Amino acid sequence: MILQAIAFYLFAGVTVASAVMVVFARNPVHSVLFLILAFFNAAGLFVLLGAEFIAMILVIVYVGAVAVLFLFVVMMLNIDFKAMREGFVSNAPIGVIIGFILIVELLLLVGGWTIQAPAIGAIATPIPPINEVTNTEALGHVLYTKYIYLFQAAGMILLLAMVGAIVLTHRTRPGIKRQVIADQIAKGHMDTVSVQKVPSRSGV
Amino acid sequence: MQELIMTYGIPLAIIVAKILAIMLPLTITVAFYTYAERKVIAAAQMRRGPNVVGPFGLLQPIADAVKLLFKETILPSKANIIVFLFAPILTFTLAMVAWAVIPVNEGWVIADINVGILYLFAISSLGVYGVIMSGWASNSKYPFLGALRSAAQMVSYEVSMGFVIVTVIICVGSFNLTDIVLAQKSVWFCIPLLPMFVVFFISALAETNRTPFDLPEGESELVGGYFTEYSSMTFALFFLGEYANMLLMCAMTTLLFLGGWLPPLDIAPFNWVPGIVWFLLKVGFLAFVFLWVRATLPRYRYDQLMRLGWKVFLPLSLFWVVATAGFLVYFDMVPNAG
Repeated sequence: MILQAIAFYLFAGVTVASAVMVVFARNPVHSVLFLILAFFNAAGLFVLLGAEFIAMILVIVYVGAVAVLFLFVVMMLNIDFKAMREGFVSNAPIGVIIGFILIVELLLLVGGWTIQAPAIGAIATPIPPINEVTNTEALGHVLYTKYIYLFQAAGMILLLAMVGAIVLTHRTRPGIKRQVIADQIAKGHMDTVSVQKVPSRSGV
Repeated sequence: MQELIMTYGIPLAIIVAKILAIMLPLTITVAFYTYAERKVIAAAQMRRGPNVVGPFGLLQPIADAVKLLFKETILPSKANIIVFLFAPILTFTLAMVAWAVIPVNEGWVIADINVGILYLFAISSLGVYGVIMSGWASNSKYPFLGALRSAAQMVSYEVSMGFVIVTVIICVGSFNLTDIVLAQKSVWFCIPLLPMFVVFFISALAETNRTPFDLPEGESELVGGYFTEYSSMTFALFFLGEYANMLLMCAMTTLLFLGGWLPPLDIAPFNWVPGIVWFLLKVGFLAFVFLWVRATLPRYRYDQLMRLGWKVFLPLSLFWVVATAGFLVYFDMVPNAG
């Protein structure tokens, strides 16, 4: 148990510390790198909970794909740090007020939060015991049976977002010669080279 | 105190011993893989390759390592030093930690976890950070361009690799690497899933930035790609990480498609040979193919590389996922159907 506690405090501590650094780092690229560290430690927390599937998916999807795009964008943008910090003092009061409201709301919510004993029994699909099935299987059984429509709807929404992004950014530029690989492969020497019978002493 | 040693000390010692049992042979193999590369390419080009240091030049990798160790680590004055130094460490570490879940024989594995293949996929998808960080932190044109190319390439080929892994998972019904190998008892997956095997192997070439997809370090355009600014041990770490990753990809291909430690036929002369020998033979063969490909093929053009990834491999692997799933469901062959 001691080891688990140590691991928990290590992962949790690094998660919180790197989340703080995301906000306070001066360089936006460092911010993104700290964000990745936070994701990674969150995955460690999931492993401690025994949810290894979610942990791995978190690393593959968020760290391996989403954060890479983040990093790409942040690296490519030429961000002017001075201009970014100019409005800091004038905007600070509004930020503090919004932060205060959020923390009050959170405290109200968490303070009044109780988990009633019947609530666990009221879960629609009972969770199978951990020693019978792995949590990957358990997730699959619920996701692809009871919640199949919601799951598919989520997929459709993501697809729509993707199509939307492509439609918004796609532009056709006229006059561009593109390489058509099929044409190149289909082309034989018969199309390009011809043997001419040249009459002697008269030229072509 | 006695209890503390019994509960934590001994398991810790066992784990450390297991890690060393993987790490040391792996590091030595990686060193000699660089030697093998030079020898194989030399043979393909009818040269002799390294033959001065030691018998047949066998001590060449050690001489190289000592040389790199004694060189000065040059830190570019405009580089972002922390990220610059962290990138090679990350690359090397990731290439090493992935081996924790590779079973070299039945039960010969450090961590036999439920989601072994996902862990491997996750670790290999993290490899892109070493590249991006080094390219950005160098604060120099060529490394940055090389890093962008490399990152785009690795992310693109990861997608089709993911679908290939999904196809195998559908046929096995488990993420555990030992289960994946044992499911190939009757027939290795490279036979029923031959197109996926080819896609996976080519994606592995692209994922490790090897020829014909080694544009990130295309010397003629980008000097040395993302590690142009690196010298001495920082360079050595990138180099070792890259070769360890190549061996890792070979091991992954072996486990997923070539039946891991299983003999080709489960009959007398073959199953006398211990499993680890089969495993090493298969990994060695694939590692040789990596070198063979480098000696044979010219480099791809960048847009064609992207085209191959997104317009050929992605639709093909997607189709095979659906086709495999449909086949298994129709013939009622879905494993672990509950």
